[in-house]
Amino acid sequence: MTTGTSEARPGAAVAPQAPTPSGAQAVALYERMLLIRRVEERLRDESAAGHLPGAVHLYIGEEAIAAGVCAHLTDRDYATSTHRGHGHFLAKGGDVDAMMAEIWAKAEGICRGMGGSMHVADLSKGILGANGIVGAGLPIATGAAFGAKLDGAGAVAVCFFGDGASNQGVLMEALNVATLWQLPLVLVCENNTFSEFTPSREVTAGAIADRARAFGMPTEEVDGNDVVAVWRAAGAAVARARAGGGPSFVEAHTYRLQGHFEAESFVLSGGRYREEEEVASWRDDGKDAIARARAYLLASRAADTARLEAIEAEVARRVDAAVAFAEAGTPADPGLAETLMFAPEEG
Amino acid sequence: MARQRLLQAVHDAVAEEMARDPKVVAYGEDVELSIVGDLRGLHEQFGHDRIRNTPICEDTLTGMAVGLAAAGYRVIVHMMFSNFFYTGMDAIANQMAKLRLMTGGQMSLPITVIAGYGAGAANAAQHSDAAYPPIMNLGGLNVLVPSTPADAKGLLKTAIRGRNPSFFLEPSGRGGELGEVPDGEHLVPFGSAAVHREGGDVTVVAIGRMVKPALAAAELLAADGIEVEVLDPRTLVPFDEAAVLASVAKTGQLVVVDEARECCGAASQIAAVVAEHGFPLLRGPIRRVTNPNVAVPYAPIAERRVIPGEDRIVAAVRAATGRDQAVPA
Repeated sequence: MTTGTSEARPGAAVAPQAPTPSGAQAVALYERMLLIRRVEERLRDESAAGHLPGAVHLYIGEEAIAAGVCAHLTDRDYATSTHRGHGHFLAKGGDVDAMMAEIWAKAEGICRGMGGSMHVADLSKGILGANGIVGAGLPIATGAAFGAKLDGAGAVAVCFFGDGASNQGVLMEALNVATLWQLPLVLVCENNTFSEFTPSREVTAGAIADRARAFGMPTEEVDGNDVVAVWRAAGAAVARARAGGGPSFVEAHTYRLQGHFEAESFVLSGGRYREEEEVASWRDDGKDAIARARAYLLASRAADTARLEAIEAEVARRVDAAVAFAEAGTPADPGLAETLMFAPEEG
Repeated sequence: MARQRLLQAVHDAVAEEMARDPKVVAYGEDVELSIVGDLRGLHEQFGHDRIRNTPICEDTLTGMAVGLAAAGYRVIVHMMFSNFFYTGMDAIANQMAKLRLMTGGQMSLPITVIAGYGAGAANAAQHSDAAYPPIMNLGGLNVLVPSTPADAKGLLKTAIRGRNPSFFLEPSGRGGELGEVPDGEHLVPFGSAAVHREGGDVTVVAIGRMVKPALAAAELLAADGIEVEVLDPRTLVPFDEAAVLASVAKTGQLVVVDEARECCGAASQIAAVVAEHGFPLLRGPIRRVTNPNVAVPYAPIAERRVIPGEDRIVAAVRAATGRDQAVPA
């Protein structure tokens, strides 16, 4: 999907010669998306069963964005994430066992049980962390992109944020600094149409992508439930950043299938901010990101149904193993916080 | 030893550390011209990749520091006035102070934030705060409050070389003051107080800019035979509790002088620590001499009344010694 304003920059439109993922790449995208979907569904069920100590904000429905963007990244690239960050963590190469153990508040967790669902991070993979403050990843990713630019080795930083974060002032600040300094930054707005419990259209003036266009930043809007479209747009943006072409903005239009967080019905107390019919319409195979990716694999002959079944079985096995790992973990060290606030200084 | 102005000592600390380690990068509003004067000439010396002007966007400056540090750099953010901590507060409070814990210790953030603080120059309420109490309260941030050029240089160098976020509070209006600075490599460890004047009657803990009036007060009191020990904590986080308790063990009396407001200020914290851990040492109530819980007013005559001065310190010490009635007003 593109809007009326002209953006003739390289990669800003799907040209006839637009790149297409190879069969193996398409299968890899689907595997990553499916892992995220099944992990999140499991967390939904575990949360409902009361097995998780804290809240979880699930990424169901938005998997194509994390998978499509992170397919272009390596461990030396940086990514900042949101409170809805499990998908970014997994897509960027985070370990599913260590993530689940973190959510289960175990010592084996990626953050030793000190961060939880909203703060999963793995610095060894450039995952600078999910973040509970809406918009906070924007300046952090800008800083990481500044570091990547100073390094001059072609690394990039990606900031995932949402339509809610687009109304934080730091978006304007990050757009300004990144454009001014031509930083290797890719801003990925996941517009899932909800700012927590409020439809974003009620709290957002104008079009979000226009905010980036105002800075002259290469900007592309894509169907965020079409993994190939996301993959293309992100590929162009990442390539531009790596080549020294500065920052880009990708707005991926999607839909949040779950609530703001699981068990939100308790705080809503019967209140409603959307209709069930609307949610159901986005679960339809014609709109759902996983169903569409599956259809693409079959249509492009990248995989047959037997292969898809094998992937499904393997993902189910990995999710079961991760949950078992988390459940069998050691409870987090209750005194660890006192030792972790400051890094030890070298003598 | 060389006599240097405080601003020159700050400059030298940054210049030496930037020369020593190519990963040290500095930025902030107007740092290239260095309106404050402390970083003057560094842009010419080190170039645009190492030190550069930024837009006025404090929340992004503090947030970028986190990302840049996570990318392997040692970041110096110059924020000019400590009041601007408030505008940069999300990344300070929710990111810088918390990310090491939240990541289970994966992240170390070598960030040094430099800012002037304090009143006395008719800068009015929004440029005169001693804004370190909210930083102290966050838990993961070092707070440095040097009062001399030597300590400014030594603490700043320790901060830049360290692995943690540190807030270096430059005493506004004192940048021109001279002091002896040791030659060569000079580092001051955190958590180590300095005794500027020894005395057996009353311990005066004076923070940063308050050391000067505390020493002036001690001089006046000495003429009356009251011997004041003036102790400068130099860093509020970490805090040299042992040094204060040792001094109070000698004097039995404690006055804390702090330019932050009274409510939840550094003086309140120090008073609480001594009351909790040194109660048997005390022969009288702890006294705090602080800014009142008001915004700093503009009119110099009104401003002077807000900032702790030697007269208020003298009065507090006399009260501690029970000799507040001995001398006519």
